[in-house]
Amino acid sequence: MTTTHEPVGDRPPFPLPIPTEDNQPFWDALRERKQLIVQECEACSTLVHPPRPMCPECGAFEKTWRPMSGRGTVCSYVVTHQAIHPAYNGFTPFATVLVQLEEGPLVTTNLVDVSHDEVAIGMPVELVATELSDEITLPLFRRA
Amino acid sequence: MSTALRNRVAIVGVGETDYSRDSGRSEMMLALQAITAALADAGIAPSEVDGLMTWRVDNTSEAEIAANLGVKDLAWFGDINQAGNVGAALVAHASAAIVAGLANVIVIYRGMNGRSGARYGRGEVTGRRGQGGSAFTEPFGLLTPQHGLAMTARRRMHEFGTTSRQFGHVAVSEREHALRNPRATFYGKPLTIEDHQESRLVVDPFHLYDCCLETDGGGALVLVSAKRARDLRQPPALIRAAAQAGYAKERAFVDTAAASLAPRFWAQAGVAPSEVDVAQIYDHFAPFVVFALEDYGFVERGEGGPFVEAGGIRWDGGTLPVNTSGGHLSEAYLQGMNQLIEGVRQVRGQSTAQVADCHLSFVDTGIGTGAILLERAS
Ligand SMILES: [Zn+2]
Repeated sequence: MTTTHEPVGDRPPFPLPIPTEDNQPFWDALRERKQLIVQECEACSTLVHPPRPMCPECGAFEKTWRPMSGRGTVCSYVVTHQAIHPAYNGFTPFATVLVQLEEGPLVTTNLVDVSHDEVAIGMPVELVATELSDEITLPLFRRA
Repeated sequence: MSTALRNRVAIVGVGETDYSRDSGRSEMMLALQAITAALADAGIAPSEVDGLMTWRVDNTSEAEIAANLGVKDLAWFGDINQAGNVGAALVAHASAAIVAGLANVIVIYRGMNGRSGARYGRGEVTGRRGQGGSAFTEPFGLLTPQHGLAMTARRRMHEFGTTSRQFGHVAVSEREHALRNPRATFYGKPLTIEDHQESRLVVDPFHLYDCCLETDGGGALVLVSAKRARDLRQPPALIRAAAQAGYAKERAFVDTAAASLAPRFWAQAGVAPSEVDVAQIYDHFAPFVVFALEDYGFVERGEGGPFVEAGGIRWDGGTLPVNTSGGHLSEAYLQGMNQLIEGVRQVRGQSTAQVADCHLSFVDTGIGTGAILLERAS
């Protein structure tokens, strides 16, 4: 298996997600409908992200998928300055952001059209579903 | 909380190799040099060893080690999965095995060419190529341990007002300790707050001097029952408590696992954090010393930064000296092993930054996922 992919647009060649049975609907919704969905426990309605077989609150295996509004705020962020993986070569400094969706779940992402030194905790953001390949569309965000 | 382990097992031998950036030796050789040094320190023959344990990420196998030592009967072996953070968990497992009578002389070891071989600071080594849970982090550039940890550090800085300059005081305090320790990588090389603040950003908010060393070296501990320990060469370091914690459930990117471990750990130990004389805290990144001080309850949340800034963790004048050998930042990065060794030295009275009248020596081996408390035998 290769460790990196070709750059797409202005994206560094980070590893692409490898969907599994547990999270395939998440990636399908992004690809087919440009929609961000989160696993919801059928028994206790807890939102669980990233997706997983069981609800950590009540232990249920039964789940549905709830569409998110796509709005949230920056909860935390890091800026990679040193290329500690070859995928970063030519792309540093580069910000990775943790967004808290208005429904609650935390999503790791990148911001489009926001410079690394403009990112701030509390910044309102919204989803930009960004197609990277035939299989993968990533949930990126932009300033709202 | 079970107190079944309390002071029934002791660490009776410690050993280490030199620390370097290019050992020129195999990891097997490093492990064996450390193990034989630890056994010599204890006064126990290699053939008497009947238990061997190491980190899952270690590249040597217990069977190969046994075949070198001339072990007669390897009755107990095993490694623990996660990453560098399993040192205390290994001590807990080994202690339980000795109390249960499953083994009598257990050696815990780590041999790693962490600089000239696989480097833990590099995404090629630690990355999971988008598999499993990494599908939700790696595509966005979180490729190494420091990426996720920096995310936590930033959020805690925001919530509690802790500053990078305060993290710098961790690095400077530890460097002062390393200046007393001839084994330390940074022995003879002072560090100032300005050096820290002006050092390059690796993954913001981590500056270069927030980050641990990458080290070639080996280390080992020898564990036996407290009863057996009385007749050996060194003063025993009794294991008063040893416990592990899997992860932090409550507040992702804020809590360390110590938030769940601490109540159970102090109950097992039967002492309060304020009674501890000296602490070694897993400092892969300096901010996590501050967070451990807070999450284990040595200080309140938000007080860790001011505490280190006021010199609280310095050997010279601090109320709780931390990482007295120089720690992972300034002595060596053996994934907790060199800090376990230093914890033992403190209760023996053999540290190069010896805390006077040291009775209780605490060691955290990573982000609150495991800790031990050592006690000087009376
Ligand atoms: Zn549930």
